[in-house]
Amino acid sequence: MGDSSANALSESMKLQSARRYSPWVWSGSALVVMLFVSVAVGPVTIPLPDLVRMLLDLLPGLQLEADWSRTFATIVYQIRLPNTVLMALAGMALGGSGAAYQGLFRNPLADPYIIGVASGAGLGAVLAMAANWPVSLLGMATVPLAAFIAALITVGVVYSIARVGRSTPVTTLILAGVAVSSFATAMTSLIMLLSTDELHRAVNWMVGGFALGGWEPVLASLPYLLIGLTVLALLGRHLNVLQFGDEQARQMGLDVERSKLIIVVAASLVAATAVAFSGIIAFVGLIVPHVVRLLWGPDYRRTLPLAILVGGSFLLAADVVARVILAPRELPVGVITAVVGAPFFLWLLYRTKWRVRIW
Amino acid sequence: MRNELRIEQATLGYGMEPVLRDVNLSVQPGEILAIVGPNGVGKSTLVKGACGSLPLLDGEVLIGDQNLSELKPNRRACMVSVVSQAVNLPPAFYALDVVLMGRTPYLGWLEQESDRDRQIALEAMARTETIDLAARPIGELSGGEQQRVLIARALTQLTPVMLLDEPTAHLDLRHQDNLLKLVRELALVDNLAVMITLHDLNLVARFADRVALLSNGRVRKIGAPDEVLTPDELADVYGIRIHVMSHPLDGKPLVLSG
Repeated sequence: MGDSSANALSESMKLQSARRYSPWVWSGSALVVMLFVSVAVGPVTIPLPDLVRMLLDLLPGLQLEADWSRTFATIVYQIRLPNTVLMALAGMALGGSGAAYQGLFRNPLADPYIIGVASGAGLGAVLAMAANWPVSLLGMATVPLAAFIAALITVGVVYSIARVGRSTPVTTLILAGVAVSSFATAMTSLIMLLSTDELHRAVNWMVGGFALGGWEPVLASLPYLLIGLTVLALLGRHLNVLQFGDEQARQMGLDVERSKLIIVVAASLVAATAVAFSGIIAFVGLIVPHVVRLLWGPDYRRTLPLAILVGGSFLLAADVVARVILAPRELPVGVITAVVGAPFFLWLLYRTKWRVRIW
Repeated sequence: MRNELRIEQATLGYGMEPVLRDVNLSVQPGEILAIVGPNGVGKSTLVKGACGSLPLLDGEVLIGDQNLSELKPNRRACMVSVVSQAVNLPPAFYALDVVLMGRTPYLGWLEQESDRDRQIALEAMARTETIDLAARPIGELSGGEQQRVLIARALTQLTPVMLLDEPTAHLDLRHQDNLLKLVRELALVDNLAVMITLHDLNLVARFADRVALLSNGRVRKIGAPDEVLTPDELADVYGIRIHVMSHPLDGKPLVLSG
């Protein structure tokens, strides 16, 4: 190669390596900041110095003198911290699965809510809850499992209906998603109406509020999310190859069927777990991957892990807004994400209509 | 081991519907075999069958002594690479990242690309004169540039056999010429066995060592360009009047319709 081209290449490489680290710094620190804000903000505001010391105290090996008030300790350790962690995990799951579905369907409008996976998972979760209520920790672990199975069935049905030849056009995907999702939601309502009074508490749960508190839901969801999110974060390379279509992906040596199956299983697993513990929260899986792509490009090797990180901070931010905007009343977080997400969805649809490619 | 491509007694098609029957052909290392025939005769189907992405209904594809249908997808992609038409490419990927995807068959399930993979990709881009485009999104590149990026990606697979499906379809005269000269050079230098589908019979006459003429779901004739590109054969296959003259400079067949 000539000197000028070698220079140009090394310049662009430098540019790429500078670009390589900053997204991680930004999205990582945003998540940490939002964790603090989310724990601090509420009917009782926790002063930042106390909060920092209380969180540091959790680290193994660090023994701080507990000079904070007992009330603060109860609020932080028993209520806000577990709720915050659960909310962050839900956001990570939704962001990651949204990015995975969009790559898998090669469709910018795919999202666990729009393609009906969330409603399907909700139906599965409510079925499991109706079968064993009140929920024990062990019983709680079966809820995401039921949600997961229902989510897989839903994605299978929606995909086979929406598929036209070898592609999944925007229109058929949305229509199939709406229809399947309406059906699942109707079944969910029916089961709730026919069940015992106690299950009515689940109604709040399903629209994005937390009827249950404490660390138990966090512990119950953690194994599913760890496995699912790790797999998704590592399979970006496969999704990149899949963007060239099944035929070319096969010719590049990818075992297309196996890759797709593992991605859809992992994405559905984390989406279903999020639904089982945090209710149906719309549009996070749509907005977050798009923001990540607009900021940092289409490479799924980065889009996937970044969508996971940004998903966490995005949902925490929405949750903080939901808690303070009409204080002392707390809104379900799903209301906030829908208010932001629905116009965003329409804007995307508008752009897709004019074939403006944003990915 | 001689890594020639051999297709033996193959029937190709979709579902139970055969498109091509009784296909017997071979491509030697360093040789370019052109596949020609009317639209819809099954040229692309032949490419898909020869690379193993479309299972054969009958018969065998062999590379050296390896039977392609017995190999896993990643092993197949180490034996045969495919350059498809540069259409519907995801536009925002950087050219270098696209070329790097040619390393897919060599990477484990969860493995990520190494510096060595990057080095192989950059060398392939240098050979196809796309290295200046490495940091540009492929959607911004011209058709000829995109096609050369796809050739670089195929080279990165380090295969003994390369298949090209209509690589000149959307290119102007100069880019057609450059692209086929590049293919010619790669076949010679890397001792690649190349099978290429082309519509332009004059390009076939200039660049191919042998030609296979497809017609009515069969291989009608295989041979050197001046044996296959004759007025009688072509008129029969394409259903129009054809004149074949001799090129004023090199004497190769020059095919004219009308």
